[in-house]
Amino acid sequence: MFDLERWQEIFETIRKNKLRTFLTGLSVASGIFILVILLGFGQGMQNGVAKEFEEDAATSVWVWPGVTTKQYKGLNPGRRIQLRNENYNFSAVLLEDDIENKSPRYFVRGGSVNYGKESLAYGIQGVSHQFQFIENAYMSEGRFLNHTDEVDKAKVAIIGNKIKRDVFKDTLSPIGQFLDISGIPFKIIGVYGDVGGEREEERIYIPISTAQQVFNGADYLNNMSYTLPPTDNFEEAVAQSITFKNNLRTYLQQAHTVAPEDTSAIQIWNPMEEAKRFYSLMLGIKFFFWFVGICTIIAGVVGVSNIMLIVVKERTREIGIRKAFGAKPWSIIGMILHEAIFVTAIAGFTGLIFSMGLLELIGPHVEIDYIVNPSVNFNVALATVFVLIFAGTVAGFFPAWRAARIHVIDALKDE
Amino acid sequence: MIEIKDLHKSYKMGSNSLHVLKGINFSVEEGELVAIMGSSGSGKSTLLNILGMLDELDEGSYTLDNVPIKDLNETKAAQYRNKFLGFIFQSFNLINYKSALENVALPLYYQRVGRKERQEKALKYLEQVGLKEWATHLPSELSGGQKQRVAIARAMAAEPKVLLADEPTGALDSTTSYEVMDLIQKINDAGNTILVVTHEEDIAQMCKRIVHLKDGVIVEDKKVKQVRASEYV
Repeated sequence: MFDLERWQEIFETIRKNKLRTFLTGLSVASGIFILVILLGFGQGMQNGVAKEFEEDAATSVWVWPGVTTKQYKGLNPGRRIQLRNENYNFSAVLLEDDIENKSPRYFVRGGSVNYGKESLAYGIQGVSHQFQFIENAYMSEGRFLNHTDEVDKAKVAIIGNKIKRDVFKDTLSPIGQFLDISGIPFKIIGVYGDVGGEREEERIYIPISTAQQVFNGADYLNNMSYTLPPTDNFEEAVAQSITFKNNLRTYLQQAHTVAPEDTSAIQIWNPMEEAKRFYSLMLGIKFFFWFVGICTIIAGVVGVSNIMLIVVKERTREIGIRKAFGAKPWSIIGMILHEAIFVTAIAGFTGLIFSMGLLELIGPHVEIDYIVNPSVNFNVALATVFVLIFAGTVAGFFPAWRAARIHVIDALKDE
Repeated sequence: MIEIKDLHKSYKMGSNSLHVLKGINFSVEEGELVAIMGSSGSGKSTLLNILGMLDELDEGSYTLDNVPIKDLNETKAAQYRNKFLGFIFQSFNLINYKSALENVALPLYYQRVGRKERQEKALKYLEQVGLKEWATHLPSELSGGQKQRVAIARAMAAEPKVLLADEPTGALDSTTSYEVMDLIQKINDAGNTILVVTHEEDIAQMCKRIVHLKDGVIVEDKKVKQVRASEYV
């Protein structure tokens, strides 16, 4: 391998057979290129799906009331369901063991928000102190609501990062400032961020008790949300979330006299279940990508061995001449394989560099839903190159071996 | 230099066996220029192949420069060929993507001679055959006679004990043939042992000894008065 003379001989051969070398290289390089791009997009899809689900806590469950669609116990369809505090409190007791965090939500409607002379248009939501964990929000300043705020019906507010950027850009910190909501001053005690992005950072949170009392909410709720305790694995989490969802629905349907099969009256959404669907789909897609990729590699290997066969055929006479002047069989095999390995390696790495480069270049700019930052594990890509080189060597060995065994006389007869 | 005793060789053709060489006894001294003549099928090419270790003998013995040539595997044969023999072919057999110089340097590569020394030596032999100026040209840029001269330089490069020429003028016109024979005679004059297989009488007459083969046996082995090819050039 480190025989300088051999290297010189091979470089000479390559330099004088540019087209042959180019074609061999092209088939290898394109194989690796396609594989890496495919794997990259497989990873991109995985990233994309993961991102879609990370904006809320993975084990969260969300309940939205809807409209009944079925007649039940003498009640007409088309009845709007209104969640109340008692539903929330009862469910919290009923399913206490299964709940990690819980929060009711009341949307304040028609409230005007002012900061100084500025009129703002942000949604106001009354939530519990545990809502932070359900939303996967993190505190960038101050604190979130706490239990005391709820009990005291404190006039405090938590604002999103975007609001801080938009409204409080001239202020050092919004903490301690007062927002005027429908004429009532609310003290800002915290600023939150959300991994779900800006869309989720445009809200003002106030304690649920304050929201209901101050803004004529009575005991009405717009929705309820929960997170479930963590489990050991994904399958268990999915099973747990489905059980919880069914129990909750059964209770709410009974409480509101809804037909058991009427799912639109009480709508319950849990990302876990959705995620499972996506993950199995994604697994399928990844498997498919790998399959296509491996087929491409096989095609590459077949291509290499094909070209090797042609090369050996084309060089039969040359091999005969070399043998007549003292080339030993192993030096012939070595020469052919050495060239093949060298060309395959260079081409393989070229394909690798180009495809990785392309992924690096365009990857971060890909902004399609469910495809985020397509990238590929460098070690995996490197391994595929070595697999290809190895397979190419094995595929090339047999023609080379045959060539080395050709009788000089027969080889020289070959035209 | 070459000592052959009771050489037999047959080829299997399906169920039949073709007895090509039927007991050849033949020896060559150092510095001889021998023509091996015979019609096609007489076994002259087979004899040359065995002498060149390109083919194995069935029976008999072959000694080259006091080394018994037997039980050859491919590796050993390659070694011996490289050390003892230089081939000149009818169809030149130059490697078409290598320059004249690189072609001449080829046997030296397999002798593991370093690149620089290889090129110097190759150039020296190219100069001897009068093609120094053509060193960088590819075979396709050379005439038939020039190609054969490159091939002769290549055969000489490894400084072998014996040069084996298989119809060296077979693909050349008569003027060029005489030029090539002139070169071969000069090389012989310098003391090299050369065997030339030919079926052309005038070429044979330019050697010092003619061996006639017919149906696998030597029918005639005579010394001749050498005709100098330079008279015709």
